[in-house]
Amino acid sequence: MNSTYLDIIREGLWTNNPGLVQLLGLCPLLAISGTVVNALGLGIATIVTLVVSNSMVSLLREYVRPEIRIPVYVLIIASAVTAIELVMNAWFHGLFLVLGIFIPLIVTNCAIIGRAEAFASRNSVPRAALDGLAMGVGFTGVLVAIGALREVIGQGSLLDNAHLLFGEWGRELRIEIFPQEHGFLLALLPPGAFLAMGLLIAVKNLIDARLEAKPIPSGAPESQPATSHS
Amino acid sequence: MRFRTCTSPHLIPGHSVGGVMRQVLYALVPGTLAMTWFFGWGVLVNVSLAILFSVLFEALMVAARGRPVLATLGDSSAILAGWLFALAIPPLAPVWVLLIGTAFAIVVAKHLYGGLGYNPFNPAMVGYVVVLVSFPRELSLWPSPEGLTNASLSFLQTLQTTLTGRLPDGMEWDAITRASPLDMMRESIVSGQTVTEVTRSPLFGSFSQTEWEWAGNLFLLGGLWLLYRRVITWHIPVSMLLTLATVAGVFWVIDPDYFASPAFHVFSGAAIIGAFFIATDPVSAATTPTGRILFGAGIGLLTYVIRTWGGYPDAVAFAVLLMNMVAPTLDHYTRPRIFGHSRDGHG
Repeated sequence: MNSTYLDIIREGLWTNNPGLVQLLGLCPLLAISGTVVNALGLGIATIVTLVVSNSMVSLLREYVRPEIRIPVYVLIIASAVTAIELVMNAWFHGLFLVLGIFIPLIVTNCAIIGRAEAFASRNSVPRAALDGLAMGVGFTGVLVAIGALREVIGQGSLLDNAHLLFGEWGRELRIEIFPQEHGFLLALLPPGAFLAMGLLIAVKNLIDARLEAKPIPSGAPESQPATSHS
Repeated sequence: MRFRTCTSPHLIPGHSVGGVMRQVLYALVPGTLAMTWFFGWGVLVNVSLAILFSVLFEALMVAARGRPVLATLGDSSAILAGWLFALAIPPLAPVWVLLIGTAFAIVVAKHLYGGLGYNPFNPAMVGYVVVLVSFPRELSLWPSPEGLTNASLSFLQTLQTTLTGRLPDGMEWDAITRASPLDMMRESIVSGQTVTEVTRSPLFGSFSQTEWEWAGNLFLLGGLWLLYRRVITWHIPVSMLLTLATVAGVFWVIDPDYFASPAFHVFSGAAIIGAFFIATDPVSAATTPTGRILFGAGIGLLTYVIRTWGGYPDAVAFAVLLMNMVAPTLDHYTRPRIFGHSRDGHG
């Protein structure tokens, strides 16, 4: 309740990241992270869903009886996702076709209902919206990182098919690192997603362990709250 | 009068981990030499390079985990993993296949899970399956003995082929490779031939292609020596080969034109080396006697199922990995009764 806006942002991006720490929403995370563009497309859709659903849940939090809160959350999330699906079908039709069933499946992403239940239903609208944004960006970051890893190792390129997301000029964005036939096929197959995920979690834990082990500068005890709580 | 007292253990068995591993290495020698005889220098080149890479990765990982490097290398387990991996891949496979396979075997399958004794999966087979699903083309180029005789690839040319991934000038992959027996059987049956037509081809010996049969015989010899030395017990190899032969026999009796004979299945591909050397890995296999019998039977059954109806010609590696997953459960439910306890383990 007393968490500051900066705390909310830090929670979503790092300390309570939905992909790396809560391990929620793994189904789209593992299924759609084959390329950067797919990952980014689904990530943006998830961000919008999270912001909209968190704000709505927070707005209605005084009126919804606790007995029926879960169906109400699901209705809200499903309406948001349906709207996003229609928008993507209209303006990003190529990407819509590539992502397929995984756009409607955002409804079942546990990270979204988890934030509605755990945060939005007991916080004010601006805080809930910010939490949705931070969690969504954190989730998208992990999604894009896995997508980049798998795309580079699996097919030797980055931002392949970027025109699906950015329009025709996006074709120029494609970076080829090595020819596709030398790709490491395993990275594109489902096991590659699990391996990349495991490696990212390991790297995060390593960074956390390093940060914790770093000795606190002795002369500046009053600067400590400034870096971690302000 | 004083009695000398000391604590247990009172009898020290003569073999250490390193001793057991080295006996398995000795037992691999005859089969490896047979494969070298038939498939050329590539087998030896692969085995040496794979051992080199595995030991290197092992040393790096052990050092990174802050453990004594030389003491750990002394158990020879990395050498064994590298050797088994090298026998599974085609003799002229390029060097990066070896590098990636051994990296997955040692770094991912072994040390990320905690090192020797903690790995739930057989490291050599993890490495093999990773390269098999990732590089299907490189992993299907098995040379044929007569193709190699005509081409007479020297030791240096073989080394060059492995390192560069290209054959020396004037040679074609098509000329020196051919389908392995399991590949040939699968493709011929799909194209409408009967099993008898396939096995009547001059390439086949009594049961399978001659070179695979002989490699199998010599691995069998090594395996029997391991049984004699009591490095492995009879449960896993016997139950695996028996199940494979029985299931193959049932289908063979039903339709001998469509399903290959039990002897073909036992003497083709990795069945024998798998039964004696791979499935018996003391870390990732089941450990109770009943558990071992079920473990071996599961591998035999899965091998037949995946070979006959699956997407890949040989299946021993997949079968071993799948059964590795259930080995802890098998051990849990087949725990033998301890003297003085009731069957459910209480009182």
